[in-house]
Amino acid sequence: MIDAAMIETAVTIILLLLLGAVAIGIVRVRGLFAAVVLLGVYSLLMATLFIVLDAVDVAMTEAAVGAGVSTVFFLGALWLTDTVEAPAKRRQLMPLIVALVTAGALLWGLSDLPQFGSPDQPIHRQGADYLASSLPDTGIPNVVTSVLASYRGFDTLGETTVVFTAGIGILALLRRRRGEGGN
Amino acid sequence: MIAHFSQIATIFLLVAGLYVVIARGNMVKKLIGLSLFQTSVYLLYILPGKVLGGTAPILDASFAVYANPLPHVLILTAIVVGIATLALGLTLVVRIKEAYGTIEEDEILARDGSKESVTDKVKIAGNKTGRGGNGA
Repeated sequence: MIDAAMIETAVTIILLLLLGAVAIGIVRVRGLFAAVVLLGVYSLLMATLFIVLDAVDVAMTEAAVGAGVSTVFFLGALWLTDTVEAPAKRRQLMPLIVALVTAGALLWGLSDLPQFGSPDQPIHRQGADYLASSLPDTGIPNVVTSVLASYRGFDTLGETTVVFTAGIGILALLRRRRGEGGN
Repeated sequence: MIAHFSQIATIFLLVAGLYVVIARGNMVKKLIGLSLFQTSVYLLYILPGKVLGGTAPILDASFAVYANPLPHVLILTAIVVGIATLALGLTLVVRIKEAYGTIEEDEILARDGSKESVTDKVKIAGNKTGRGGNGA
């Protein structure tokens, strides 16, 4: 008998290997169009992985925003600029060293992390217990919704402020462009 | 090693994005690398919330083990903020393309350098002619 936990671990590992392959493709490919499409594939695979990791709300948002809207934005930017990346002039060593040192530091910090998927992790034992208090406090069975809109409503207000500011910035940049074009 | 496989794979994805951001000169490619980096950070946050054998944090009498909802909430916010900053970055790239005619970092730097030296020369020349004009 194969239990559910083993299947979940196996699917997680397979999806992570696929994500790794797509990431290598994004790093190596020279055409920007291909890179954008690969990034969409990467986001969709990531959304699938989020479903396996029981983060269904995040998975839906990632599929809609990461694989959908951001791909459209990238394609729009490619239409207004170039689709071909200039060939590399020389082999640079510095970025590789920076990346490897970062990876080394993160791997070093990894040794203290609790094991993946175990219920004894500090994240499940300490802090506010939203799972127990959500129904009595708010009456919403979806705990992510109750935390997002009720317990952490100010976070969401800050988020909308950031989106609003970014929208103003984009409008200001594009309006200036139109004005110059008219002149 | 096997127990930490998912975290090690996540770190690989993170570093791949970081490498693209630093190594590539094309601005759109840099933003693609930044998106890759960002999406991998989402995974780093979602991973510890998972309990093997559990289910999504939607309360129901027939389930007892749920994933932790807090990382999900944080990452929902991060995804929306991420798309806003990405849109702003792409708008800046479009403006740079219109102002410089290229989105390659080294070409922009070269053009900036030559423009500066040209304006310096113009200034020096302007000063000389100015003095010459006064003298005459």
